[in-house]
Amino acid sequence: MQRRGHLKAIAAAAAIAAGTLTFTTQALAADTIKVGILHSLSGTMAISETVLKDTVLMAIDEINAKGGVLGKKLEPVVVDPASNWPLFAEKTKQLLTQDKVAVIFGCWTSVSRKSVLPVVEELNGLLFYPVQYEGEELSKNVFYTGAAPNQQAIPAVDYLMSKEGGGAKRWVLLGTDYVYPRTTNKILRAYLKSKGVKDTDIDEKYTPFGHSDYQTIVADVKKFSAGGKTAVVSTINGDSNVPFYKELGNAGLKAKDVPVVAFSVGEEELRGVDTKPLVGHLAAWNYFMSIKNPENTAFIKKWSDYAKAKKLPGADKPLTNDPMEATYIGINMWKQAVEKAKSTDVDKVIAAMAGQTFKAPSGIVSKMDEKNHHLHKSVFIGEVKADGQFNVVWKTPGPVKAKPWSPYIEGNASKPDEPAKK
Amino acid sequence: MLRLITFLALFFAGVHAHALSDSEAKSIAIGDGDARIEALRASVSSADDKTVQFIQALSDDAVKVVAGKPLIVKDDKGIDPVTGATQALPDTAEEVMNNNRMRGELDAALAGFKLMSPDADVRRAAVKTLQGDVDESKLPLLDKAFAQEIDPDIKDMLGMLRAAAMLSSTDQGKRLAAAALLASSSQAATKTLLIERLQIEADTAVKSALQLSLGKVESRLAWGDRIGAIFSGISLGSILLLVALGLAITYGLMGVINMAHGELMMIGAYATYVVQGVFQKYFPGAFDWYLLASVPVAFMASALVGAALERSVIRFLYGRPLETLLATWGISLMLMQLVRTLFGAQNVGVENPSWMSGGVQLMGNLSLPYNRLVIVGFAFAVLAGVWFLIEKTRLGLFVRGVTQNRPIASCMGVNTARIDTYAFALGSGIAGLAGCALSQVGNVGPDLGQGYIVDSFMVVVLGGVGQLAGAVYAALGLGILNKFLEGWTGAVLAKIAVLVFIIIFIQKRPQGIFAMKGRSAEA
Repeated sequence: MQRRGHLKAIAAAAAIAAGTLTFTTQALAADTIKVGILHSLSGTMAISETVLKDTVLMAIDEINAKGGVLGKKLEPVVVDPASNWPLFAEKTKQLLTQDKVAVIFGCWTSVSRKSVLPVVEELNGLLFYPVQYEGEELSKNVFYTGAAPNQQAIPAVDYLMSKEGGGAKRWVLLGTDYVYPRTTNKILRAYLKSKGVKDTDIDEKYTPFGHSDYQTIVADVKKFSAGGKTAVVSTINGDSNVPFYKELGNAGLKAKDVPVVAFSVGEEELRGVDTKPLVGHLAAWNYFMSIKNPENTAFIKKWSDYAKAKKLPGADKPLTNDPMEATYIGINMWKQAVEKAKSTDVDKVIAAMAGQTFKAPSGIVSKMDEKNHHLHKSVFIGEVKADGQFNVVWKTPGPVKAKPWSPYIEGNASKPDEPAKK
Repeated sequence: MLRLITFLALFFAGVHAHALSDSEAKSIAIGDGDARIEALRASVSSADDKTVQFIQALSDDAVKVVAGKPLIVKDDKGIDPVTGATQALPDTAEEVMNNNRMRGELDAALAGFKLMSPDADVRRAAVKTLQGDVDESKLPLLDKAFAQEIDPDIKDMLGMLRAAAMLSSTDQGKRLAAAALLASSSQAATKTLLIERLQIEADTAVKSALQLSLGKVESRLAWGDRIGAIFSGISLGSILLLVALGLAITYGLMGVINMAHGELMMIGAYATYVVQGVFQKYFPGAFDWYLLASVPVAFMASALVGAALERSVIRFLYGRPLETLLATWGISLMLMQLVRTLFGAQNVGVENPSWMSGGVQLMGNLSLPYNRLVIVGFAFAVLAGVWFLIEKTRLGLFVRGVTQNRPIASCMGVNTARIDTYAFALGSGIAGLAGCALSQVGNVGPDLGQGYIVDSFMVVVLGGVGQLAGAVYAALGLGILNKFLEGWTGAVLAKIAVLVFIIIFIQKRPQGIFAMKGRSAEA
């Protein structure tokens, strides 16, 4: 008896702890518009995704304070797909069929987006995806507010090849082993080859998710760099970045000798790292917290106030980053599109999204492309500073139009720059 | 630093007293990269101590521009680099941006000045900075430094630098001599230099000399690589050993399949984080030593949690491995969620104390990081402690007695329940020590333990359940095997290959490397 009691207690406690934390607010009244938020609040991706949930909630508060949309208040429906890719699809189905949300903001990894995609397409939902990704996708039901490869990866490589960037001749393409790094590196390899870089001067390396011992990799980079001016392009995702950068610092690989440009490392990811040995390493994004302009100042202040008011973790040092900006642009553009369409009907909103503009915190007027569901974005290259922020050392003269179908992958030339009509 | 500056002041005062001018400072600090570098190079040839100060400030990112005029920032005040007058810094002051290229040039310029320093260590550091970054324009400076140098070691290094600079000389004889001289180098930078020169060299005699030197340098570098691989294997092995040692007691000796072992490590890592916070707040002066203080704290924190677990849950489940597995797994989830609630889902930053940053340079391309060395030492110290405790003390005797034959031990008057708690707390405490060590190389977050739980079971099972020596061999063996495979096949395949190896090994020898000898009551 005693034994069974124990087990029961433990099982119950475990269930609470593991937490399928679905705090779906019940519909208060019919005169609200429901907005689904689909970000991992537990598991490995919680580190990056939790702030995006809070960003959407902040934007909803802000919109509601100004009277809502079409005279109705927005009502958030938060679900936790727990960094579990198939669960993303299930939760999407729940949001669209049970909660009947008008729009979903969510996903971080490409794996999770690929999991959600068939569901939103089948049920004709609407997803706003706020993270830079590898391209090779264009769905009528998705708006991509993060960067396509030509808005991040290619400009970064161009910069490193330039005289200012150090004139790199050899390349280490280092990534976590999954679809985003593999595809990005495929594009980069083809691009580098088109610039006359030989195959022997490119070293492609992958590590498993959650890899934590980078001694061999760093030693190999060091060895490789003896053959000529080398740059490292890192698509390492998640918290493996911390041991990687620690090892770099210990091995004495300085940024001025072997610069590392990262595509998934922003202000939030550097929170857990001692940044002093990393000064000078690079990141390529479409937004940095350190960018100075009135929109960004206001955005940072809004976020700081919100984080403090809600006592969010890390509120003592509030940070903003690129995916947060992309989320914020996304929800505001969706609001404008709903107002333009005078309806939350998915097809009408999709039509109204084309050509929407929004004054983005990155300092440009961000525009949703008329056809391809991607934002026009400026590209910034930042160098890590000792305080964990980034110095912008290079930027594109103006916004760049996204090319989701990279011309550096075979067979893409013939693909149309807009989603297939059904 | 002050000594250096006064020295430089005297030195330059005697030679060519050309003070830093307003326009010079402006053109070094403001403008596009090429123009700034040109201005910097021009100013170096006629530098005075003010120029050095200014360049040092630029390199420290301590220069701001106010109304088109660069000012050195010190204690929130702006100092005019030319006149030395102080003025208040308005909020509109803009930082001077230096990119990697600019920073490299600034460091090279500074190193050039420092070559003449009276302090041998400063000179040595300067020579190291200049490695791989010299061309013929630096030759006069290097010649002068070479002629003045008295320390034979630094003189050798300077000789190499001169040779490297001469490699791009227009004189064929000089190039030939330089190529021959560089053969004795063990620097990776030399290899780069030789390869680059080989590509543009036209003269056949020089070319063959270069080829010869390159071969020699490469074979020397290869040794550094090999030793480096072995060291990283030992280092990974020592981490595996640390994470498995606690489990070798709780699972190996006591037979508890403890799925919460990883979370006990996480608690140790968070204890380290908390101690770091306490030191930052109350003893900032002694911050470098927080890690020493956190070792006992991490041990105690995990040991207490472990003891509480044993008393409240595990002791009711002895002899029921499946239920223990489920219960401890549930506990691991609860502990993770607890930490998530207390500290947040984000990783927390644990800094390396300054004495653990950097490394000792053994060969040109081989440097052993201090933090890895410390962890290897720590792992073996913990191992020695555990061995002593289990083999040489009365508590150890009881633990062994209880695990081998509980009823007989009990008949002899041993309080078996208390011994169980002690042993489990000891195993948990060691997991806490492992967490403390892991905080120095990896992430500290609620999921920390998840990444190591499989590894630790792997080591204990491979080594032979119930054997400390087995765990040692298994940990070091797996570490070195993993690192060699990784260098050969890449990290992803290496991990798979190691798992396949273990499966085959366990198939052939289920008892692990070392089998438990003697009569065990439960066996």
